[in-house]
Amino acid sequence: MPVQDYIRKRFFPHIWCGGCGHGIILKGILSAIEELQLQKKDVVMVSGIGCSSRIVGYTDFHTLHTLHGRALAFATGVKFSKPSLNVIVPMGDGDAMAIGGNHFIHACRRNINMTAVIMNNRIYGMTGGQFSPLSGQGVMATTAPLGNIDYAFDTVELAKGAGGTFVARTTAYHYAEIVSIMKKAIQHKGFSVVEILSQCPTYFGRKNKMKGASEMMDFFKDRTTSIGSDAKKADPTLIERGIFVQKESSEYCENYDKIIEMASKGKES
Amino acid sequence: MEGKVKFVQGNEACVEGALYAGCNFFAGYPITPSTEVAELLASRLPKGGGKFIQMEDEIASMCAIIGASLTGSKTLTATSGPGFSLKQEALGYAIMAEIPCVIVNVQRGGPSTGNPTHVAQSDVMQARWGTHGDHSIVAMTASNIQDIFEITIDAFNIAETFRTPVILLFDEVVGHMREKLVIPEQGKIPVIERLRTSVPPGTDYHPYLPRTDGRLPMSDFGGEHRYNVTGLFHDMWGFPSEKPELVHNLMRHLIDKIDTHPNQICKTKQYFLDDAETVLVSYGASARTAMEVMNYSRERERKVGLLELQTLWPFPRETVAKYCDQAKRVIVVEMNMGQVMEQVKASVKYPNHVFLCNRYDGTLINVDDVKNVLRVIEGRGF
Amino acid sequence: MEKHKIVFSGSGGQGVITAAVILAEAAVIYENLHAVQTQSYGPEARGGATRSDVVISDTQINYPKVTHPNLLVCLTQESYNKYSNIVLPGGLIITDPRHVVPNVNSDSIIKELPLYDTVMEKLGNQIVLNVCMLGAVIKILPVLKPESVLKAVIDRVNPKFKDLNTKAFQLGYDMVKK
Repeated sequence: MPVQDYIRKRFFPHIWCGGCGHGIILKGILSAIEELQLQKKDVVMVSGIGCSSRIVGYTDFHTLHTLHGRALAFATGVKFSKPSLNVIVPMGDGDAMAIGGNHFIHACRRNINMTAVIMNNRIYGMTGGQFSPLSGQGVMATTAPLGNIDYAFDTVELAKGAGGTFVARTTAYHYAEIVSIMKKAIQHKGFSVVEILSQCPTYFGRKNKMKGASEMMDFFKDRTTSIGSDAKKADPTLIERGIFVQKESSEYCENYDKIIEMASKGKES
Repeated sequence: MEGKVKFVQGNEACVEGALYAGCNFFAGYPITPSTEVAELLASRLPKGGGKFIQMEDEIASMCAIIGASLTGSKTLTATSGPGFSLKQEALGYAIMAEIPCVIVNVQRGGPSTGNPTHVAQSDVMQARWGTHGDHSIVAMTASNIQDIFEITIDAFNIAETFRTPVILLFDEVVGHMREKLVIPEQGKIPVIERLRTSVPPGTDYHPYLPRTDGRLPMSDFGGEHRYNVTGLFHDMWGFPSEKPELVHNLMRHLIDKIDTHPNQICKTKQYFLDDAETVLVSYGASARTAMEVMNYSRERERKVGLLELQTLWPFPRETVAKYCDQAKRVIVVEMNMGQVMEQVKASVKYPNHVFLCNRYDGTLINVDDVKNVLRVIEGRGF
Repeated sequence: MEKHKIVFSGSGGQGVITAAVILAEAAVIYENLHAVQTQSYGPEARGGATRSDVVISDTQINYPKVTHPNLLVCLTQESYNKYSNIVLPGGLIITDPRHVVPNVNSDSIIKELPLYDTVMEKLGNQIVLNVCMLGAVIKILPVLKPESVLKAVIDRVNPKFKDLNTKAFQLGYDMVKK
């Protein structure tokens, strides 16, 4: 099935700004689904609120556009109730890491078989350019007019610390890598976290002296490198890309099936 | 009624009612005095292949039951005051997206952490207006163990019939009190199953287009029909829309689908009301006290009757007016600062005949509390 | 029958609430009577003052709490001090002298039973103190048949401890001389 068949064409053109990285991520996710030959009726996309969340409306799956920060909690209900579904949860950085931070770490801990995609543009775009927990110190934002003093979360380290069994990072510049990582993430048995750095030229770029989308894409190209590369050894300030964690661990719905089995045998009072 | 006899707490009767109604998914977070509902379902649900999950907080619990409901499960969560506050945003989502689910709030004293192990009925208005924006809501309650069982089944039936969240507002006394429960054989009490669409695959399905009878057939996530669900105002396919006429029509639909069906939703119990000069209006544990006072008064040939409310929202205005307008005085017996009294006053012809007999110190309102108020109002002194 | 109003009091972990539940359950399940059991409790899981009320009647019970019991059981001094004055005049109070020094000027009838010492001496396990107390209660106030209560005890306890509980119940029953 061509990728175009996975979208709801009548809603295009999309609402994202010119130069925004989210469209690239949408295509990357859909290509991964297409290459895995998933049936549309077997996929549920669950999002929160923000620029990222609009992604679900463009896709022709079962789509659930929820509340700010709560996508993973809704998705947990969907997946746990019907484990045969493929559940993919695209979220923004504020959505997933600030208001949704608690749900994020507990989803990692629970290891329920879903894929969380953190579309990280380091800014709240829909509300007009406020700093997020992934912005980091020194970033200019409408709520940090003199520069941000908040430290940033490292999504990868947070997911690892919370027990994530598949943790990866790439960028909107590295389209082929998005597709290959997303395929592995969706196929991973357990909770998978994929952070994709995305550019927001309208708010992050303008506020932070980056001339436009292409300059921001250059940043992703020049300032990131594969995990453990020689370039990283030479310049430790480079951001690593790739799959940081990929390990086998028993999955939540399967573990619960064992509870059902025990309970129906009357082993549990 | 015939059936299996048990001696159980109100919280357990609620669990029995939920299981009888076909509940197969629970998500919750521990909180006094509702925790027994979660504990019992953790044990009972997997025995029948159902799902129990303890989430990271009450917000997540409410979200999870909405997600699970969309896949076709009959879902429940249970909480108390502070947890009920946390659930409000997602409750509004279930209202807007028209997703059936049931929320139990075993009330304790508030505001804030309040009086966790003691009784109150002070979340009546929170059940009505806890989530933001205009909306209708269904909230039900009960005063004894058998009624808790049956009203819980009603809650699931109403949730499925009207595609709406339903709140069960119990209180610490009825939640923890033990009493006889008779569980009839399956089938004796009607259970309403979800109405699913008969639109064939490949044909345009409209999840948000009401049929002529007002009902909206659903399609489970994972089924042939793919559609969008959102908390934004939306069109008949579930896609966001800001068109004024769509916003207007959806709001009117959300209000009307509940408020225009009082006969199906509003339940009350009536005792000695036909000749009552004094009408006691009460609900939940307080109604037991009111009943005791009514019996005491009738033994002394005083014309006291009791109108017990089982549906609090939508407020049964017509029934309340019918019985209260013909009485000399109305006393609302409740454990808060007059939340239902205000509704009674707004429903009757003579609001100045309506009095409040309340208690809000964490103990069950007692017989003397009501007798004393009755004496004063009847002009017999304290 | 007249309405019986019984209050069990003690500290958390003594099995006071379980005893109340068993008595009320016996009334409902085995004697087809009306019974309501309620409890009041604080934040503590162990210790603290615990109280559980039981009302038993052959007619419908409305108000579920006990204001003035005709029988009060106090297993701690704290619970005795707190509740002994609510007993109906001429009502019964059961205490354990190991834990409670009663007020001699009370207008209630006080039955002092060495529950704890007897259970420890004969059975060596304080877990069945509450069941022993129930045996004594049902002898003093024969509101239900003892067999009914014993059946309700056995329904509630782990089958492994059926014998221990049966012995404890009998011990309490025999402790009271009529």
